[in-house]
Amino acid sequence: MASSTTMPYAVTNTAFEVRFDGVGRSFTATNTRRGESAEPRIVLRDINITVKPGELVAILGTSGCGKSTLLRITAGLDTGFTGNVTIDGTPVEGIDSRSAFAFQEPRLFPWRSVTQNVALGLPHGIDKAEGEARVAELLELVGLSASAHHRPREISGGMAQRASLARALARNPGVLLLDEPFGALDALTRLKMQDLLLDIHAAAPTTVLLVTHDVDEALQLADRVILLGRMPGEPGATISELVTVPGGRPRDRGSAELAELRAHLLEGLGVDRHTTSTFSI
Amino acid sequence: MSATTDLTPRAQARGKAARQGGGSVRRARFTSTRGGQFLISSILPIAILLAWQLTSSLGIFTVGQLPSPEMVWLAGVDLVQRGLLGPFIGISVQRVLIGFAIGASLGLFFGAIVGLARVWDFFFGSTFGAIRAVPSLAWVPLLLLWLKIGEESKITLIAIGAFFPVYTTVAAALRHVDKQLVEAGRAFGLSGVQLFTTVQLPAVVPSVISGLRLALAQSWLFLVAAELIASSAGLGFLLLDSQNNGRTDRVILAIILLAVFGKTTDALLGLFEKWAVRRWA
Ligand SMILES: Nc1ncnc2c1ncn2[C@@H]1O[C@H](COP(=O)(O)OP(=O)(O)OP(=O)(O)O)[C@@H](O)[C@H]1O
Ligand SMILES: [Mg+2]
Repeated sequence: MASSTTMPYAVTNTAFEVRFDGVGRSFTATNTRRGESAEPRIVLRDINITVKPGELVAILGTSGCGKSTLLRITAGLDTGFTGNVTIDGTPVEGIDSRSAFAFQEPRLFPWRSVTQNVALGLPHGIDKAEGEARVAELLELVGLSASAHHRPREISGGMAQRASLARALARNPGVLLLDEPFGALDALTRLKMQDLLLDIHAAAPTTVLLVTHDVDEALQLADRVILLGRMPGEPGATISELVTVPGGRPRDRGSAELAELRAHLLEGLGVDRHTTSTFSI
Repeated sequence: MSATTDLTPRAQARGKAARQGGGSVRRARFTSTRGGQFLISSILPIAILLAWQLTSSLGIFTVGQLPSPEMVWLAGVDLVQRGLLGPFIGISVQRVLIGFAIGASLGLFFGAIVGLARVWDFFFGSTFGAIRAVPSLAWVPLLLLWLKIGEESKITLIAIGAFFPVYTTVAAALRHVDKQLVEAGRAFGLSGVQLFTTVQLPAVVPSVISGLRLALAQSWLFLVAAELIASSAGLGFLLLDSQNNGRTDRVILAIILLAVFGKTTDALLGLFEKWAVRRWA
């Protein structure tokens, strides 16, 4: 279903540069008792990176390290951060129509059909017939045509996640924010959806920030991989590793270079490496 | 069971599954037909009617305590012939509908603003909470002093009764709309009225309707309270007047009529609720 690389609508989008400049975020506990001073808890600190237009960057990190928070900041959903985030040179100061978000949870509206849910992602002011065609096309691509008129409660978790991905893609955004978009999929569907993402990316080179738990997925899809992690003696997570993945896609899963990178990133995530070779790029 | 012992295990399993499947289908079919549902739900009323008939045939109670079903029926026919029953029912139904419409509309409005904006919650919340704590009958003397024994006093009392169930359910439901869904709506560019009609309103429709059903029941309750105390027509007046004249048959007639009308109006809203839940939930 994801074999075609010709997207009828995809040629018109622009990919934007996304720049993080000393970005940090702390949360203040809300349920402290009166009189106690609420110590803000630093989740993210000092994030500096410039994502080039059309670049696909994967974000790795242990659970709770702030990956979703970083995406929410980029989307303008979380405005309580410090530092600067700019998309295409202009600062993000609220919900930004240049980006589209596929949340970690599908977040479909239960009272709308799958089609109507996906249609919610369409850019505003799009021609009705064109919008319908695009939604139908995307449902076909994510393999949900047969469930187009079902309600979210009538489809499986993986199907809901694909619908959520289609909703984000419907916007044809300049910045695509994907929060573990393939987390609930079986191995085969996951591979198909990864191919779909690459196809769409090839046809319409949007900037993608992809949060994932899966090191292999990051290495297969991304141009660069960010590892969010804690530095010794410092609070909060920051970019502890930034690796450029060598080679064009599709990449050979068996290559020694990738295996080495994989072991290195896993180590960064706190998983022991099973080989003794030393790391080098 | 013994007839199947010579079959292969697989065939046995198949036969068993078929039998179990068939059985549950048959059971489900009976309770899912309208006729079956009607039959089951009419058992108890018929049993009560029979028991009532039996006790009066055996003369267990005096006629003053419990007249026979036939006497109650005749009392109804007599009131119809005098041209009283129709107008009594008419005026009561009219009061309930007008009072309910006013109270429910106000409840919807205030519930919506209190549930959506914290500032209105602070502004109205505790005052409405205090007014709600006043027992319904405590309003009667004041309403009589202010509005005299006209229609206004009764309709106002019923409106007060209908207001609070709607107000509280709508406000609570809006406050508890899934924050993630609201955020998803905002992320895709919805705000203000559009966000309300696309996300919040559909999300609370089922609870709004159950609030309306509660309010309708409350309206009938307050109707009787209003008519018992100050009126010259209506089912509540029929109750009081018949009690003063020792007409137990008419008292029972009025009670049965209240049950029938209360149940009928509730069933109508119930149908609406079913439709709405299918449409929105
Ligand atoms: N609204 C909030 N209020 C307080 N703390 C928050 C809030 N949102 C996130 N956090 C905290 O920020 C940290 C990072 O959360 P985030 O959801 O970004 O993690 P994550 O990296 O996406 O984790 P996962 O991989 O499990 O999804 C968590 O410790 C969480 O408790
Ligand atoms: Mg997350």
